[in-house]
Amino acid sequence: MAEFKKADSMLEWFDQRLGVVNFVKVMMTEYWIPKNINFLWAMGVLLTVLFTFLIVSGIFLLMYYKPDVNMAFDSVNYTIMQEVAYGWLFRHIHAVGASVVFLVIYVHMFTGIYYGSYKKGREMIWVSGMLLFVLFSAEGFSGYMLPWGQMSYWAAYVITEIFGGIPFIGDELVVWIRGNFYVSDSTLTRFFMLHVLLIPLAILGAIVFHFYALRFPHVNNEEGEFFDFDEEAEKYLAGNKKESKVVPFWPVFLSKDFFVLGFFMLFFFYLVFFHYNFAMDPVNFDKADGLKTPAHIYPEWYFLWSYEVLRGFFFEIAGVSGKDLGLIAFGIANAIFFVMPWLDRSPMVKPANQRPYFKYWFWFLMADLIVLTVYGKLPPTGANAWVGFASSMTFLVLFAALPFITKAEAKKVGGK
Amino acid sequence: MKEFKILAVIVTLVGITYYGIEPYAHHVMHPEVAPADFSFKTLKNVDTTLAGNVENGKVLVEANCIACHAIDAAGYPQMMPNADAAASYGVVPPDLSSAGRIYDKNYLANFIYDPVTAMHLEGKYTPESGKAFPMPAYNWMSPQEIMDIVTYLQSVTPKVTEGKEANKATFEAACGRCHDMKYAGIQATTPKDNLKAYMGATPPDLSQYIKSRGEHYLHSFINDPQVLLHGTSMPRVGLTEKAQEEVIAYMETIGDSKKAERETLGLWVMLYTLIFAILAWLWKRKIWSEVH
Ligand code: HEM
Repeated sequence: MAEFKKADSMLEWFDQRLGVVNFVKVMMTEYWIPKNINFLWAMGVLLTVLFTFLIVSGIFLLMYYKPDVNMAFDSVNYTIMQEVAYGWLFRHIHAVGASVVFLVIYVHMFTGIYYGSYKKGREMIWVSGMLLFVLFSAEGFSGYMLPWGQMSYWAAYVITEIFGGIPFIGDELVVWIRGNFYVSDSTLTRFFMLHVLLIPLAILGAIVFHFYALRFPHVNNEEGEFFDFDEEAEKYLAGNKKESKVVPFWPVFLSKDFFVLGFFMLFFFYLVFFHYNFAMDPVNFDKADGLKTPAHIYPEWYFLWSYEVLRGFFFEIAGVSGKDLGLIAFGIANAIFFVMPWLDRSPMVKPANQRPYFKYWFWFLMADLIVLTVYGKLPPTGANAWVGFASSMTFLVLFAALPFITKAEAKKVGGK
Repeated sequence: MKEFKILAVIVTLVGITYYGIEPYAHHVMHPEVAPADFSFKTLKNVDTTLAGNVENGKVLVEANCIACHAIDAAGYPQMMPNADAAASYGVVPPDLSSAGRIYDKNYLANFIYDPVTAMHLEGKYTPESGKAFPMPAYNWMSPQEIMDIVTYLQSVTPKVTEGKEANKATFEAACGRCHDMKYAGIQATTPKDNLKAYMGATPPDLSQYIKSRGEHYLHSFINDPQVLLHGTSMPRVGLTEKAQEEVIAYMETIGDSKKAERETLGLWVMLYTLIFAILAWLWKRKIWSEVH
């Protein structure tokens, strides 16, 4: 063991043992971020903060929640919402936070797509991000079941039923997931376990991985410019702060994030206290009843677009049933974003609006996702079903065309 | 400036999506219905402008009503315990003490004349169904006699002071014979088995209905259940607008008891966050002035 001299200060004492001085440098004061960024680059920190809110409020809810079909509903709606001091506050923060986290995830994701932050060395950031998206989806879905309301039950019923379409193992798989032939107590308890333990653990791991993946390629910037971070960092450290193209994570980058966070939280708390029905569906304040199907069953808003891709195929094509086609399309919709870095064949890292062809693709995708989301909630009858079909097809075609569009773009701009 | 442009784009896209999945979808799934009618205009069998005679009303009530109905406020006790009453009639007949206060005058008069039409349950009590509503129609009475009864009932109804207790009393009188309110410890006065046989299904517990249905829906629904839930066996109960507001207020007291706390605290938290945001903005300006 190395020789330890007596520390002159507390900082030194810790530094000798934990290397805190260096740690802070590496993680904060000399972790370099491009200066040329806008508020969209604050989304990651917003997500980190929201996730913290979810964990803390979740811990409080966990103290009174009862994972049992006979007690769950009242433990949430009576004990937590009305008896426990500020229980309602934790529930509102948790429910609204879970919904808003997806809004921010989508902004974060589409920022990445818009600025091309998923390619030329940033592939692993993207893939780890998508992993987080999938984990958050599973977390949202499992959590929605816990209050054991009508929508909890029927959304769980419909979504678990989807797996029944998988060839050969479908029926067994559904029973395996539910732990019973129908959605029941065993379904609730296993989703409870997933929601409070396994998935949060996986999310924590994935966040660490995501942050680590950011380390080497560095964060992208508004112009997609590539530069030598070490050189720019030297300039900064030498005092040429204005000239340097980078800023340290602390305090410069975070000061901007706190500012964005402040105004975002204002919006967030407005939703928490005054406008929460979008996240706490009124239908879910009816206790689950397996004998009474609600008039309209729909998932949470953030699943609507992929749900609509599933529903969009409602008739047989070339001997394949609509149900199977929907399932295949649904599978593609959920996986396709993972391979975004490889579908985009253009080497250009630029904001979409500076890319001759990609810009059309991007805004088309946005429009299509909005149409899918809106129609995913509406009853799939009459003309709605056809809008659903057309927008689902558009979604698939957009992704099938992406390699060709970007290849053509690469040719046009001459590999720049 | 550029950042405001980006913000505007995001707000627009989110706004369109929000509009589609909330107000618009809601409008499609729950189309607007005819506004609530608290004068029960369609019921016109009894001329309610006739002035009633309390004395004569009392005589008529004693001869026709108290065999089944208690009127506690006027000293007519209940004839048998709830369970027996439910077994005899299918449902516990209401105590009429508050009838003169909570039911609309026109409704009440027309109810006495022909209960099934007033309740809007013609679909349930068809001749083919073989079912009969336990209370007979008094359509053989003259409008004057019916108005005498109504006036008598209005004269005996006790004055109530407004507030939670009155709201609770109105809820119990109007809804409590069939519905539970578990979160308030209230059980329907009619036993469950009788209710199920009588209604065809067990009426739901109303503890969370202020949340699951919301004030807007309840406003129309209580006024006339058939409008929103065609074919339901829940009767139109004929509450005055005021009595209905009391019922809804009570449902809110029980189902959303933290509303006041939520709204006050909400303002404080937002104020706190605003101060945080402004300080953060000032700090950011200071820090970034060194690098820009
Ligand atoms: C939900 C948990 C997530 C957290 C906590 C998180 C956090 C972060 C943070 C702190 C950054 C650094 C700077 C910035 O915010 O732009 C970042 C960057 C990034 N994230 Fe995430 N992220 C999450 C989910 C996602 C998802 C779902 C995706 C997309 C599939 C994604 C893709 C990216 C990309 C591409 C970057 C690099 C941006 C750039 O280089 O400009 N992240 N993330």
